[in-house]
Amino acid sequence: MAKVTIDDITIEVPDGTSILEAARIIGGDIAPPAMCYYSKLKTSGGYCRTCIVKVEQGSAKDPRPMPKPVASCRTTVMDGMVVRNITSPENLEARAGVVEFLLLNHPLDCPICDQAGECDLQDLAYKHGEEETRYQFPRREFEPEDIGPYIKLNMNRCILCYRCVKVADQITDGRCHGVVNRGEVSQISTYIEQAIDNDFSGNMIDVCPVGALTDKTFRFKSRVWYTKPVDAHRDCPKCSGKVRLWYQGEEVLRVTGRKDQWGEIENNEDGSTAWICNDCRFDKKETKDWVIEGPTHVNRRSVISANHYEGLAAIKADTLRMLGSQPHGVKVDLGEGALDPNNE
Amino acid sequence: MSKKLLLKNDHIEGIHTLPIYRANGGYSVLEKALKTMSPEAILEEVKTSGLRGRGGAGFPTGLKWSFLAKPEGVPRYLVCNADESEPGTLKDRYLMERHPHILIEGMIVSSFALGAKTSYIYIRGEYFYIARILEIAIKEAYEAGFLGKNIQGSGYDLDLYVQVGAGAYICGEETALLESLEGKRGNPRIKPPFPAIAGLYGCPTVVNNVETIAAVVPILEMGGAEYAKIGTEKSTGTKLISASGHINKPGVYEIELGIPVEEFIYSEEYCGGISGGKKLKAVVAGGSSVPILPAELILKTSAGEPRMMSYESLGDGGFLTGTMLGSGGFIVMDEDTSIVKNLYTFARFYHHESCGQCSPCREGTGWMEKILLKILDGRGDMKDIDLLWDIQSKIEGKTICPLGEAAAWPVAAAIRHFRSEFEEYIQYPEKIRDIKHYYRLQETATA
Repeated sequence: MAKVTIDDITIEVPDGTSILEAARIIGGDIAPPAMCYYSKLKTSGGYCRTCIVKVEQGSAKDPRPMPKPVASCRTTVMDGMVVRNITSPENLEARAGVVEFLLLNHPLDCPICDQAGECDLQDLAYKHGEEETRYQFPRREFEPEDIGPYIKLNMNRCILCYRCVKVADQITDGRCHGVVNRGEVSQISTYIEQAIDNDFSGNMIDVCPVGALTDKTFRFKSRVWYTKPVDAHRDCPKCSGKVRLWYQGEEVLRVTGRKDQWGEIENNEDGSTAWICNDCRFDKKETKDWVIEGPTHVNRRSVISANHYEGLAAIKADTLRMLGSQPHGVKVDLGEGALDPNNE
Repeated sequence: MSKKLLLKNDHIEGIHTLPIYRANGGYSVLEKALKTMSPEAILEEVKTSGLRGRGGAGFPTGLKWSFLAKPEGVPRYLVCNADESEPGTLKDRYLMERHPHILIEGMIVSSFALGAKTSYIYIRGEYFYIARILEIAIKEAYEAGFLGKNIQGSGYDLDLYVQVGAGAYICGEETALLESLEGKRGNPRIKPPFPAIAGLYGCPTVVNNVETIAAVVPILEMGGAEYAKIGTEKSTGTKLISASGHINKPGVYEIELGIPVEEFIYSEEYCGGISGGKKLKAVVAGGSSVPILPAELILKTSAGEPRMMSYESLGDGGFLTGTMLGSGGFIVMDEDTSIVKNLYTFARFYHHESCGQCSPCREGTGWMEKILLKILDGRGDMKDIDLLWDIQSKIEGKTICPLGEAAAWPVAAAIRHFRSEFEEYIQYPEKIRDIKHYYRLQETATA
């Protein structure tokens, strides 16, 4: 076991735990945001740099601070380590810099993006981003590419987290897409112009932190916050069959895996990850296909949550209170001749 | 006459062939080491010699070797980093082209010291003709019994291979090099684990620069203690410097570490002064990524002491008033050089070579290049200088590999020492704008 202090809170975690996992055990705002790290995928993380933290003391044995900020998702804790995340203004500034870089070439087309409302980059930008960009140049654009009948790839939104590549590597039987080209123009693509056709390829949509990979069967059908999530399961020969159905009225618009509070797919009882197959995701879109378990508990942070409606209720209450002093039917004095079209 | 170790036989015709190399004392170190020395003894000699990595970082080689994990039943590898791609650096090319056998001898002795049975020379794609020279030299060494099974009857086996890269700057970073050597995309790995624990194919690996490995030969020839007497206390031995730019005699020079920078630039033995009798403006002392220094700071430190060609003297004053010896790519600029144009060239290079794996470098390098092009074009704004400063500070130290720093340092140093020049570009665009040059820049940018 190793004792680690993160933002003045000390906990004991097993050896080999990453700083980020230790911070998630503490929870709350102390857990650094992660755009590329995905605990269910091996070797993920380290690319986006949003989870950087400052290590003030390397370990009890070697108390020197680490010279540079480290990626907390790929740095394991040492006994006696002292880490600063949100209590270091310097670290928050460095993170804001990373967020600026991530948003630099991002199209910010949230109003037409299916991911809006459940987008990690959106949350990150709200929390750490600036109001305006300092980038004065045209944004990078990629040629649209068709990667198959189920998944829509929009490369302009991609932040190159490599999660979908790891999904294809680790849970499907044969990866036919990857990162091609180098540097600024590197992009997710198939080699060459193949369709991604695999029973588990749909999980790429679930792991994508932005709207780069979205569900073609849900495309432009609704907004996430208009749909109601319901947990359901079915006896599926290929996968665990544990899903979340997204209803609008009586209609199932979308089927996804069940995500936990960190935006990752939940585990089965036996500890394996409850990835779902493409049959469950794209073909079973009727209530009769499923055994309904009940409405999903939605994180309060999310715009899909009840919190959102509570917010609306507060606005409604305020409005009613204002109207209370000025009931309906009161004439508002606009001044003489205000509505006369001949009046200049 | 200065001390020469690596290039002491440079004048001999045909030194790249094995018979002539042997006739001039070549492979005697190998015979001595394999027959009379233990691997531990060789490591001790290298440690005593104080040899520091010649690739750029200057990490003590003996220490690096001693970090190598030695688990039972797992192969160990020595990889020679011949992916010399830092702009301004051409020393390894010179050494490999003219003295391939000193590298091969160094590889054999170092592999013996580390217990490696297979070793690789990873050479950049643009050096394909040198790869051929090395392959011919390796073939000669196999035929003479210096490579293969039971080398010179010592019972030690070694296979040496040359692997040609595809010409990416990033593959000079040791973990990206290992990825590329394994046949994957040349992306740097996230450290830890370091290559000494899990390197090539997950096995313990040492990656050393060409010049470092070649320097092991003279060290064993004269003994580590004798080698340590050359140079200064913290920078021992000799170093190959690739001098380029506005000097009378550009080329590769072997210097004893610790000679004054002024002597190196102005003496007839080395660079021979600034070409055209002009004045010195600035020097990039160790390859394009190290901070540029103006003439007054490169010749003398901020304390007024003469600056020496050594790791510690060039590093004196940190990055505020100092720089780094780096890989020894010594770029001299005369008074007519535009620092802004030069910086744009560097920024364009790093933008092009960024691997795109982590976000600060992928997005930031392109942004800096675009701002510099805008300033060069005469559309700059005073705020752009501060913006450049801010971008570089947000890249530096936030990336997976040192390419981020390599891209950020030149920008920081140019603004730190030559801010007035940026301001002039912004204030008087019509005076500076050179339409032909601008269109050339635009053409290359769109191409």
